[in-house]
Amino acid sequence: MAQPNFAVPVPQRPQNVDRTKRSWPIGFAIAAVVIFIFYSFILPYLTPDIRTVVQHWMPLGTINTALIWAMSALGLNIVVGYAGLLDLGYVAFWALGGYAAAWLMSYFVPVSAINILGNAAPGTKTGLHLNILLVLIGAAAFCALFGVIIGAPTLRLRSDYLALVTLGFGEIIPQIFKNGDDFFGHNISNGTQSIGPIDAVEGVTARTTVVAGVAQHTDVGWGDLLAFDHSGRFIMFTLLTALIIFISLRIRQGRLGRAWLAIREDELAASAMGVPLMRAKLAAYAVGAVAGGICGVAYALQLNRMLPDPFTFSVSITLLAMVVLGGMGNVWGVLVGALLIAWFNSTGLPEIGDTVNGTFGTNIDFPSYSFLIFGGTLVIMMLFRREGLLPERRTRLVLHEGAAGDTQAEEPDEELVDQAGAVK
Amino acid sequence: MAQSPTAAASLPKSRLRLSAYGERVAAYTILAAVFAWLVVNFLDNPQQFLSAAVFGISNGALYALIALGYSLVYGIIELINFAHGDLFMLGTLFSGFIITVVFGSKAMSAMGWVAFLVALVLVILFCASINMSIEFLAYRRLRHAPKLAPLITAVGMSFVLQFVGLKWNGSTQKSQPSVLPQGYIDLGGVRIYTSFLIVLAVTIPILGLMTWIVTKTRMGKAMRATAQDQDAARLMGVNVNRIISFTFGIGGALAGVAGLMYEQTVGTTRYDLGLQLGLIAFTAAVLGGIGSLPGAVLGGVLIGLIQGLNEGVRYGAGQRWTQSVVFSILILFMVFKPTGLMGVSMREKV
Repeated sequence: MAQPNFAVPVPQRPQNVDRTKRSWPIGFAIAAVVIFIFYSFILPYLTPDIRTVVQHWMPLGTINTALIWAMSALGLNIVVGYAGLLDLGYVAFWALGGYAAAWLMSYFVPVSAINILGNAAPGTKTGLHLNILLVLIGAAAFCALFGVIIGAPTLRLRSDYLALVTLGFGEIIPQIFKNGDDFFGHNISNGTQSIGPIDAVEGVTARTTVVAGVAQHTDVGWGDLLAFDHSGRFIMFTLLTALIIFISLRIRQGRLGRAWLAIREDELAASAMGVPLMRAKLAAYAVGAVAGGICGVAYALQLNRMLPDPFTFSVSITLLAMVVLGGMGNVWGVLVGALLIAWFNSTGLPEIGDTVNGTFGTNIDFPSYSFLIFGGTLVIMMLFRREGLLPERRTRLVLHEGAAGDTQAEEPDEELVDQAGAVK
Repeated sequence: MAQSPTAAASLPKSRLRLSAYGERVAAYTILAAVFAWLVVNFLDNPQQFLSAAVFGISNGALYALIALGYSLVYGIIELINFAHGDLFMLGTLFSGFIITVVFGSKAMSAMGWVAFLVALVLVILFCASINMSIEFLAYRRLRHAPKLAPLITAVGMSFVLQFVGLKWNGSTQKSQPSVLPQGYIDLGGVRIYTSFLIVLAVTIPILGLMTWIVTKTRMGKAMRATAQDQDAARLMGVNVNRIISFTFGIGGALAGVAGLMYEQTVGTTRYDLGLQLGLIAFTAAVLGGIGSLPGAVLGGVLIGLIQGLNEGVRYGAGQRWTQSVVFSILILFMVFKPTGLMGVSMREKV
């Protein structure tokens, strides 16, 4: 008779602490530096053919746009992926952050020019001109405030009602900016006229001197980023993205992050375990909104002006598709999903379309298929791979838990039903 | 989320009595403000007010039809069917196709009426079958999945339907000829459009039919049983899948009718119509109390009325704020009275 084994199993290292995450800044920095060097120092000296291909398929401007989307998607990931609160109006924070930047660093605010470490264009007589760091902090605080304002009265609602209320805010806030040239008699946003130009930001510039189509030499310096200084913006956006990734990863490991995951998995059980539901949910909204605000500032800098038209429901849905495709809750998955979809949306689809039309002599309007592609992606991902492309193990378990421990009766077996009928 | 047959404990509603009291005061203040606004507008110009109200109610009847679709589906599987508004949009396109392209009717005539009736039948079948196929292909597989999954699927489906609309209708607004009699009756300065009367003439019998199906027939009884408890219904011999499919069918049929009426009375089709009107109709369903059928009708009419007044009277905010007004109402209701006007308190099933 074998002796039953009562030995206590040796405690193992906690599996969910991923140690590769500690060294991610190095990899991230290397990737960023390689891209910077390639676009600033190598690309201008290559043959025109290669330059054309790169300019068509992967211009640095597209990478910058993709980084803006990625910041937003990472912010949404905190709300949807971590805390499990479906937010269908995330575009509101994007708009709020962008307009905060427009107010704080342009001629727009009707006061005589106030310059706080700012970089007002010469000759500007009015407006607030704050330093970009102050603007980022201001926009983040502004959005966090709005996140709490939106969240506070609505967070006790059922999950699907919450989605609707956020959707409502996502429609109202852009509409306020759109009709903002006459908001109770005040002009808060110039309406569809847009606010611009926004003060140039100082940063690293890399300018290549070109003589007769041949690149001569590249100067790197510190100065105002002009409209086409993509490489300078690239550095700035990479740093901001890294900041948001850092915040996401750190909070995820901490007390608050664990509270969010508990709420996502079972709200009732979490509250029974002493998780303060309202406070944790509000924090999720606030942190998510901060990322949205930072992204909004970046967007305003990229466009150099702020206009209300791009902030539609489909932006919120595209962000949601990024989070879902990449893998809800996994920062790296969301980053990859966001970069992929943003590239596909802005450059990939039109370029693929041009190539296909050119090769086969067809005339298909590929960008018009984006509705089908996004809608189809969401449906197919939900049906067949709910956890996304790069899932977290934990998310996968939750999403496939299904009816375990449930009293759901299954459909009767057809064969058994037939047999029963025959017996009768 | 798992559904247990035992009654679930509800979360503590509010910790402080004071906050509940404050909420009530705020709710009544808002109601009083709305009432005062109505009175001021009525005294300012009663004829304009009533015309706007009649126009609003006519829109409201359409919202009611769409809202019923949301409410039916939500009542039975607790899913906000985002694709419903886009189904309505396909309904408008399909009726335009039948009446204008297949029958070639462009003005009121005997042939036009035939075309209208044929389109009514066909659009019902068309929308019902699309809605049932969506349920069969997508939602059915996700019935036991966490709530986020079907919701996101519905959003995706909405985009797929919008794509169909985009390819069908083009990216711009198209105007469609109407076969209904035009003009209006003048009742002491209040304009009542003939199209309004026709909308009521179609909508009211259909709502009556709906009520009869849900309250009096065997199918309706099975629907109510499934809405209450799927497992128990299954044990009682109800074919739950068929009932849910049937419910989606009815919802789709109502959206189809609404699509035909919209296409004939408003006279324009747009591929992104579904999003805008669908959200308004969903607000109507929530306003009335989601899951409650009379509530959806009441909510639809009220939202139509509010929209009509907002756009038509002197102190209204105007059309460019319509979306904001409607969503503000949605948010206020969600905050102060999540059960809606006629809804029963639904606890989150655990």
